Amino acid sequence: MKSRLLAATAVLTLALAGAHAASAKTLVYCSEGSPENFYPAINTTGTTFDASGRQIYDRLMDFKRGTTEVEPGLATSYDVSSDGKTFTFHLRKGVKWQTTKTFKPTRDFNADDVIFSFERQWKQDNPFFKVTSDNHSYFNDMGFDKLLKSITKVDDYTVKFELNQAEAPFIADLAMDFSSIISKEYADLMMKAGTPEKVDQEPVGTGPFMLIQYQKDAIVRYKANPTYFRGKAKIDDLVFAITPDSSVRLQKLKANECQVMPYPNPADRDAIKADKNLKLLEQPGMNIGYLAFQTQKKPFDDKRVRQAVNMAINRKAIIDAVYLGAGVVAKNPIPPVLWSYNDAVKDYPYDPQKAKKLLAEAGYPNGFETDLWAMPVQRPYNPNARRIAELMQADLAKVGIKAEIKSYEWGEYRKRAQNGEHQMVQLGWTGDNGDPDNFLHVLLGCDSAKANGSNVAKWCYKPFDDLIIEAEHITDIKKRTELYKQAQVIFKEEAPWVTVAHSIQFAAVRNNVVDFKLSPFGAHVFYGVDLK
Amino acid sequence: MFRFVLTRVSLVIPTFIGVTLLAFLLVHLIPGDPIETLAGERGIDPVRHAQLRAEYGFDKPLIVQYGVYVWHVVNGDLGISVITHQRVTEEFAALFPATVELSICAVLFAVLLGLPAGIIAAVRRNTIFDHGIMATSLTGYSMPIFWWGLLLILLFSNVLELTPVSGRIDAAYFIEPSTGFLLIDSWFSEDEGAFASAVAHLILPTIVLGTVPLAIIARMTRSAMLEVLGEDYIRTARAKGLAPIWVVSVHALRNALIPVVTVIGLQVGALFAGAILTETVFAWPGVGKWLVEAINRRDYPVLQGGVLMLGSVVMAVNLLVDILYGVINPRIRRTS
Repeated sequence: MKSRLLAATAVLTLALAGAHAASAKTLVYCSEGSPENFYPAINTTGTTFDASGRQIYDRLMDFKRGTTEVEPGLATSYDVSSDGKTFTFHLRKGVKWQTTKTFKPTRDFNADDVIFSFERQWKQDNPFFKVTSDNHSYFNDMGFDKLLKSITKVDDYTVKFELNQAEAPFIADLAMDFSSIISKEYADLMMKAGTPEKVDQEPVGTGPFMLIQYQKDAIVRYKANPTYFRGKAKIDDLVFAITPDSSVRLQKLKANECQVMPYPNPADRDAIKADKNLKLLEQPGMNIGYLAFQTQKKPFDDKRVRQAVNMAINRKAIIDAVYLGAGVVAKNPIPPVLWSYNDAVKDYPYDPQKAKKLLAEAGYPNGFETDLWAMPVQRPYNPNARRIAELMQADLAKVGIKAEIKSYEWGEYRKRAQNGEHQMVQLGWTGDNGDPDNFLHVLLGCDSAKANGSNVAKWCYKPFDDLIIEAEHITDIKKRTELYKQAQVIFKEEAPWVTVAHSIQFAAVRNNVVDFKLSPFGAHVFYGVDLK
Repeated sequence: MFRFVLTRVSLVIPTFIGVTLLAFLLVHLIPGDPIETLAGERGIDPVRHAQLRAEYGFDKPLIVQYGVYVWHVVNGDLGISVITHQRVTEEFAALFPATVELSICAVLFAVLLGLPAGIIAAVRRNTIFDHGIMATSLTGYSMPIFWWGLLLILLFSNVLELTPVSGRIDAAYFIEPSTGFLLIDSWFSEDEGAFASAVAHLILPTIVLGTVPLAIIARMTRSAMLEVLGEDYIRTARAKGLAPIWVVSVHALRNALIPVVTVIGLQVGALFAGAILTETVFAWPGVGKWLVEAINRRDYPVLQGGVLMLGSVVMAVNLLVDILYGVINPRIRRTS
């Protein structure tokens, strides 16, 4: 009895000693959630992209770390035909597929893998189309199902993409997670073995890290790929410790149980800055939070009313009170980090008197009644929609507008907003590919103004639409920039939205983490990161 | 005894049917469309939306969906997660051991501390021990799990650096899950220090999850003991000159245990509810967290399957409790 007691005490003592054994270069990232699987093309969440595409795979093109700039990836270069419809990619030679427990590649990456990766999402008769899921969200949402005409192999290291129309953002789209390249050889092997789903659960990529183990909801382990074409990563082992609560993530960071954490609590930011062992990183988000008017319904079919509401709302107060300083007042529908941002656009001042005057001119001297929808969830571009709605309601009351705040379950909210059931609705957007088209066309284009479309303002204005459609089909960056700048001027004048804020994204790291860069896309990439 | 057990088992069947109905109906009462939620902010094409609804069977009348669900349950198939596309049974099997491990530790913590505390409080009634134990148990019962957990992390992990913050084991240890019970897997692993790390990671979540049951068991034990200690047979036992410890532990405790065992059985359901918060705070990869995520993402198959599985476990435990009554008190099984 005594010896058992002694043994138990010894175990407890050892346990309380809390050994933090770690190899020299193991970086632990406190991830906010669990990946759904390891195939980026059937997912839409940043959490899954972080765990899959951004560590395990590569793409033909890639975003330079920490930027929206596109650089060569698995393709070293490409040629574009004069009509902008044919892209010929020259593939990188000598890129090795990862060797895992279940797969030993017999060849390097080549054109077959590229064709397979896209056809899997495109051709319904592809044997992998329905494996794991046939819901290839981004492939369809980016319009690839209608855009692609053919993908052909010219030779082992040359692939030709033919498009149905010229599309300037096409190159940036190829740097997105859904365009990750997967191994055809591995897929064929798994299909033959009767376990095709393993391709998505035990992935094989060309990327800087190889998946070693995933314990559901607990840990994802990676090892540096020794044969990575850009050179082996500076860290040997990468671990995602899944920690959903942001307060607990911070405690883990402080205890050195992880070295990088995303999405700190706004209330903890000062404490992180004050901690001499930690660093708070900031990055302007590639996002926009807005209040959209239903421009097909009275009174918001009148531009003067929309302009009046723009002037009636104190957006600076909203940034201070709700964003707690983690945001900037938005004046354009695209964020400042995006190329072609027009800083010369003059924003509406906060001027309730002028707002009242405009309303009177529009025939509403005593104001009117309206609804104001508030999202039921927190989003990267909007930390507290209810609170923002209350502040807006108070501001609008000062100019005689009586706004009733409404909300619905999130899916229902989006569906109704896309159907135009609102009068004023809060929503937002985070950019996908660093191209202004991804904001302006998707959110404000005429073809998005239909039912179920993302243009919830239902605003279709030909001069604006002509500019963005033209910009979409040319590749000259200077010309595109000019067109988008003009479009932003028109947007400001017509005011289909109140542009509220671009939020700032944060992460916290320990001081010994070197060269971790926040991405405008919210991506957490660990290639290039070191520990000192 | 056999007839007693058979009677108890037969009563489980209608309860199980009721649970399948509740699990199915309650899930469908949650507002929101699972396909819309799956699509995320990008929305979804109406044609594709209709296709996916048909694929998952969400377009059929509820009664048909229920029939299909029951048929699959009877065949051991709880469906496929809308989010991860994994079999619900596989996901449950991967996560359940973590919840069981934590719950067992919490129950042991609650019983091993709660029973003696309740006995002491009853035997030393109206003394400082009694008042102290009852005040402490009331405090423990009143504390929200979330707050209590974060407080313990702040104190013991951050300030005193005595325990790890969260998770099941230090990230440095790579233990292949064989049983899913990390205490067992780490004990048999070759990694030195792995078992100690697993134990260390269990300390705070066990305390947090076990606090409310501890308080309840302590109070229930005290109450039951007080009732029994006032009985004639206890006076007789004392009059016969039996040692006080014998009177308390053999004569009084055994009779006081019946309501206490009931409460322990009922705590299983409460433990699973408490596990949801505890697992979130301590990033403990169990079924509680899994179900909360499924509610947020309208993952109907996971919700239906998970609730059914957990309900079955609670039913099994309460069946065990019922049978235990018969063992503790032969009068109960004779009456049955």
